[in-house]
Amino acid sequence: MLSQTALYEAHIASGAKTGEFAGYDMPLYYNEGVIAEHEWVRSSCGIFDVSHMGQVIIEGPGVAQFLEKLTPSAFQPKANGRAQYTALLNEQGGIIDDLIITRIAENKFFAVINAGCKFKDMDWINEQLPAGITMSYFENHSLIAVQGQHSEAILREVLGIETAELPYMHCLDPAFAGSDEIFVSRVGYTGEDGFELSVPNDKAADVWNKLNADERVKPIGLAARDSLRLEMGYALYGHDINDKTSPVEGGMSWVISKKTTGYFGYERVQRDLQNADKNFIGIKLTGKGVAREGAEIRNANDEKIGEMTSGGFSPTLKQSIGQGYVNAGSATGGDQLLINVRGRNIEAVVTGLPHIQAKTKSMKKKAA
Amino acid sequence: MAELKFTKDHECIHIDGDVALIGITEYARDALGDLVFVELPDVGASFSKGDSFAVVESVKTAADVYTPVSGEVVEANDNMPDDLDLIAKPLADGGWIAKIKISDPSELDGLMDEATYQDYIKDLD
Repeated sequence: MLSQTALYEAHIASGAKTGEFAGYDMPLYYNEGVIAEHEWVRSSCGIFDVSHMGQVIIEGPGVAQFLEKLTPSAFQPKANGRAQYTALLNEQGGIIDDLIITRIAENKFFAVINAGCKFKDMDWINEQLPAGITMSYFENHSLIAVQGQHSEAILREVLGIETAELPYMHCLDPAFAGSDEIFVSRVGYTGEDGFELSVPNDKAADVWNKLNADERVKPIGLAARDSLRLEMGYALYGHDINDKTSPVEGGMSWVISKKTTGYFGYERVQRDLQNADKNFIGIKLTGKGVAREGAEIRNANDEKIGEMTSGGFSPTLKQSIGQGYVNAGSATGGDQLLINVRGRNIEAVVTGLPHIQAKTKSMKKKAA
Repeated sequence: MAELKFTKDHECIHIDGDVALIGITEYARDALGDLVFVELPDVGASFSKGDSFAVVESVKTAADVYTPVSGEVVEANDNMPDDLDLIAKPLADGGWIAKIKISDPSELDGLMDEATYQDYIKDLD
């Protein structure tokens, strides 16, 4: 039996075609189709139900140090309200999950974890919890992503929430996390300016319907969420990264603090920083066709050098794009590749990520 | 006299003498959503009934197209990858993906006619 989010009825009313994702019956797309939804987010504003993701609060004295054991990122210096993308690492330095952790008080952090990983993550964190630190799961909260250039105006005009001064990767009103109020973070998975709204389940449909009633807003399914993130080169857990991948291999070296040393997998991470076995690359097909997860990456001499972990058609670029791993040093930006799809080679090139420029705001607070 | 036949996998077949023009039905197109590519078979390739002879790529997925008849590909619709709107046209009017020379006409016996197929998809919804 599949779970439903608090917004399920609203999706059906909007004509959603649903499918299973991480045990939930989720909207994959609505009436206009994936490309129209994708383009709407790039040109106006889309709302996404991501309530299947897990929302947890970890708190207690010394919790920032504890997070520096669970992840390779520095949390002690983080200002209140600051969000950090990072990875939960296992003892071998493999990625248990990728997540965003926001400081909401001196000794309190809010984390959003992947739907398919949430119970595994909570089990892992519970096993590690030191005395005095607790974790709570906010199952009674929905999560609504509002993404696109009109997001700030829509939050102001529809919900009366002012975010003009809120930088990227920051939350508004940290005390609202887990409360009955709407907790707003300027984050996203599309490359557009946008927000994620944590809303108590009994208010979620009302918030969703108000947003959806605005003519600049359309509901967007998980299929376009995937094509949007693919254009940004963002990793999808279980596909691009998994519990064998280190954050260095996964192209996430920027989340690794140079100062912390006490985290799980430290030795593996340091070794990979010196000498990783494989590199994560962006790929753009120059020949005709579509290459997806599992397609072999070959060099111009038709020798296998790696495998794609995500791929698909980019509605913005009108060509097939993707990403994947190649043997360390075997390909660099601009190199010609052959992508083998069902026995046929399609010409491709190594590209930098993201495939299109992000439109997210600055992370810097405006000077007072 | 040409004749239209249908499969449970939502291929449609226009039978023109000993050649089958094969495409996909409107139901299949709706299920796939926005199409982005069609991978054609090589002319001269032989397939057995039930083999995948082409792949239709949508934004969401790659879908195999199965031949309902055994035989050799005599022509592939080279215009289609550049003009994906063709796939929505009637088979004889450019909507075919490939033409396959029918090697065993008795394989056509198990296919549905249009009325039977319309009843079949009604039951799927």
